[in-house]
Amino acid sequence: MPSHNTLEESTRSTAHDDDSRPMQLTLNVWRQAGPTEPGRFVTYQHQNVSEHMSFLEMLDVLNEDLILRGDEPIAYDHDCREGICGMCGMMINGIAHGPQRATATCQLHMRHFKDGDTITIEPWRARAFPIVKDLVVRRGSLDRIVEAGGYISVNTGAAPEANNIPVPKPNADRSFEAAQCIQCGACVAACPNASAMLFLAAKAGHLGLLPQGQPERYRRTVDMVAEHDKQGFGACTNMGECEAVCPKEISIDFIARLNRDLIRAKLTNPSGY
Amino acid sequence: MIGVLTLYESTIGKKVVMAVTGLILFGFVIIHMLGNLKVFAGRAYINAYGVFLREVGSPMFGHEQVLWLTRIVLLVSVGLHIWAAYQLTRLDLASRPVQYAMRKNQEYGYAARTLRWGGVIIALFIVYHLLHFTTGTVHPRFVEGDVYNNVVIGFQNPLVSIFYIVAQLALALHLYHGAWSMFQTLGLNNSNNKRIWRGLATVSSTMLALGNISIPLAVMLGLLR
Ligand code: HEM
Ligand code: SF4
Ligand code: FES
Repeated sequence: MPSHNTLEESTRSTAHDDDSRPMQLTLNVWRQAGPTEPGRFVTYQHQNVSEHMSFLEMLDVLNEDLILRGDEPIAYDHDCREGICGMCGMMINGIAHGPQRATATCQLHMRHFKDGDTITIEPWRARAFPIVKDLVVRRGSLDRIVEAGGYISVNTGAAPEANNIPVPKPNADRSFEAAQCIQCGACVAACPNASAMLFLAAKAGHLGLLPQGQPERYRRTVDMVAEHDKQGFGACTNMGECEAVCPKEISIDFIARLNRDLIRAKLTNPSGY
Repeated sequence: MIGVLTLYESTIGKKVVMAVTGLILFGFVIIHMLGNLKVFAGRAYINAYGVFLREVGSPMFGHEQVLWLTRIVLLVSVGLHIWAAYQLTRLDLASRPVQYAMRKNQEYGYAARTLRWGGVIIALFIVYHLLHFTTGTVHPRFVEGDVYNNVVIGFQNPLVSIFYIVAQLALALHLYHGAWSMFQTLGLNNSNNKRIWRGLATVSSTMLALGNISIPLAVMLGLLR
């Protein structure tokens, strides 16, 4: 990640004296060579952390050192580094995405830590998220849930005029809240039961609140819930841990909505399903 | 109808079973607590209440018919509630085979964490309670129909009283989370009414514990004799 480092160097050189004093951290990082290899924590002394770095940049710098030393760098997922793609995510001192609320790991800055801190870093842990390597887990199980019903069926061809279908403003707002889900999996990671209910509720709620989502609303709910259970996620016990770590602050109200839709689907069979 | 039955296949469906049976049991424990408090109105009053429970519904229903109907509904509810709890707990434990080395709770407290073990204490309590005041099997001087006598004599043993008090605290904790949780499970909760359900759960579980605990406490302090 050379471009990132150059960026970091230049910020550091123009910063005030106090800010530029590097922090020293002790990192306990989960290292696991492959899906079936045994893993273990490895402790690293990181001497050169600027408070302006993001958490991932902090790890980038550590990785450069590891590479120079001839060690294997730490593997972790990331892509956009601006909190929108959902690729990043790790358990930081026991909290999914770390101590800052409403913040994905890539947006977490080192100023939320103190010089001398020890930080424990673990991958998301869930049966449905098998470890690929180090901090990288496979989250295809979330894709399977989306494939089961997280879509609307439309005819292809010329795009219709967007404003032809009126959407009540409150519904549009609520739907957009749910649509912010970036599929990072932090809700699963934080859930005491490794349940993906918040993710599922966000995906189903986002479509179920819009007119375009109505024809498949109940079938979608039934199919997505069934796929969720099939993927080996746990059951929701309404603890609210998911909501607390969600970088997009998606509310567990959406879970209540999902429950309501499933009950309605089963009791009244609204779409002949 | 088939559709309704398949609800139970999903984790949400099992939760709905827990919530509906939990609601039935929740209603029962509230009414039961209000009935128990009649012990403070004196021997004649609570004993008459005991007779009423056996004759309620008359002349439409015969002796103890409504009572047995209620007992069956409650037993089936407890059974389904525990069965669903058992199945969900097994799923939940299997869903994270490797535990975190470090994990910090952000939201949920003692009540939510003790739902399962608290439930076990409540289940053991239900068995003991029935053998104690309903059949009299484990009661030292049980007199059929003399509710007042049975309660006062029963709670004169401090160990028994303490067990009752612990069980009531467990029930209050269970419902502090559970009574809110059932509204969420049944899909009634949303951001506009969240505080109403939360408040209802807090107030009802506190009143329940205070009301029920006051009885063994009053006997131990010599206020009821
Ligand atoms: C008077 C007795 C009881 C009452 C009033 C009661 C009430 C409730 C309520 C209202 C809930 C919330 C349901 C939901 O989240 O939708 C609940 C959850 C629960 N109850 Fe009970 N309960 C009682 C006895 C028991 C017993 C005897 C057990 C176990 C042996 C038990 C185990 C549980 C468990 C594990 C949960 C959490 C389930 C989950 O969220 O997955 N309960 N209870
Ligand atoms: S609901 Fe929130 S925590 Fe869960 S996957 Fe979506 S963005 Fe991540
Ligand atoms: S890297 Fe894209 S959200 Fe963090």
